[in-house]
Amino acid sequence: MPRLSGLQRDVLSLYRQCLRAAAKKPAKTQQNFKMFARNEFREHISLNKKDFATIEFLLRKGHRQLEIYADPGITNISK
Amino acid sequence: MAALRSSSRLVNSLRGAVSPVWKRGFASVDPISSFSEATSKSAPVVPESKTSTIKEPAPEKDSKIKTFHIYRWNPDEPTQKPRMQSYTLDLNKTGPMMLDALIRIKNEVDPTLTFRRSCREGICGSCAMNIDGVNTLACLCRIPTDTKTASRIYPLPHTYVVKDLVPDLTQFYKQYRSIKPYLQRKTPPADGREYRQSKAERKKLDGLYECILCACCSTSCPSYWWNSEEYLGPAVLLQSYRWIADSRDEKKAERQDALNNSMSLYRCHTILNCSRTCPKGLNPALAIAEIKKSMAFT
Repeated sequence: MPRLSGLQRDVLSLYRQCLRAAAKKPAKTQQNFKMFARNEFREHISLNKKDFATIEFLLRKGHRQLEIYADPGITNISK
Repeated sequence: MAALRSSSRLVNSLRGAVSPVWKRGFASVDPISSFSEATSKSAPVVPESKTSTIKEPAPEKDSKIKTFHIYRWNPDEPTQKPRMQSYTLDLNKTGPMMLDALIRIKNEVDPTLTFRRSCREGICGSCAMNIDGVNTLACLCRIPTDTKTASRIYPLPHTYVVKDLVPDLTQFYKQYRSIKPYLQRKTPPADGREYRQSKAERKKLDGLYECILCACCSTSCPSYWWNSEEYLGPAVLLQSYRWIADSRDEKKAERQDALNNSMSLYRCHTILNCSRTCPKGLNPALAIAEIKKSMAFT
């Protein structure tokens, strides 16, 4: 595996945080949360890796979404 | 008799308002209909057969076309770069303020233009933006009548943009929360009623309580640009001083203690951009200096 740039590591770290947050959800709906996070990342998989401004914006958006969905009051998710 | 005279003066003044040709209306409001709505039955309106007809000024003869360059960015298309969009407006048909121009563009030209606005009189602080290089409230900024030069409108500098002219002020509000902007005291008032202040004590709050937290000053401060994570910025420090200076507050020492580190307060290097830019004419730099002084002598 090639050495990752700081931004790439940030993206991977966000993805891991999402999966960890999903693991804290009730067992029945964990899969939904996981798939949701996965789809959100998939959507932008074709992004040019040098498009820093866009990636940084999406990272900020992702962190904000994670903060909202990590709330224990939210028990299920669908898209 | 006096009452009669004053009412006749009123009628005269109303007639006076009807006759001159309307040079400038308000944004997207037809001046004639708004006038007839404003009059009551007790003040009868002169019928249209007895007054002159007000014609829309011919666009080629008298129009004052001004160009506005406005920052556009849409979060729904994140791969698109931000761009400057130009709009032209006839100033004769637009209200006097920048906000009137923006509202007119949104109503009549481009409904996708996004900006915050609420009170349109400089009391809510929603429409803070960077106009011709100066952070100000769009509702308090007159449109320069020079039509040769274009006006450039950007969101507040060094803020994340939510969309077009809307800045993300989450960090700013978080910092405001961190200074605990409310009265903290344990002891009840002496007579069990209100927390009394002398006139002199109240006077200390003048020039502080008027702040509307529009974030114009904070986002104009270079020191805040580079250290927005830790430095509180002029607006929040002004609010902090507002509570430190309040005679009713009993947590003055704790408030000062919270600021007593190298970042929160002492990143202010008296650049004074804050006092220059404040659309309400306040002086955040003075408040910061007062905090520094009060901390130096305790």
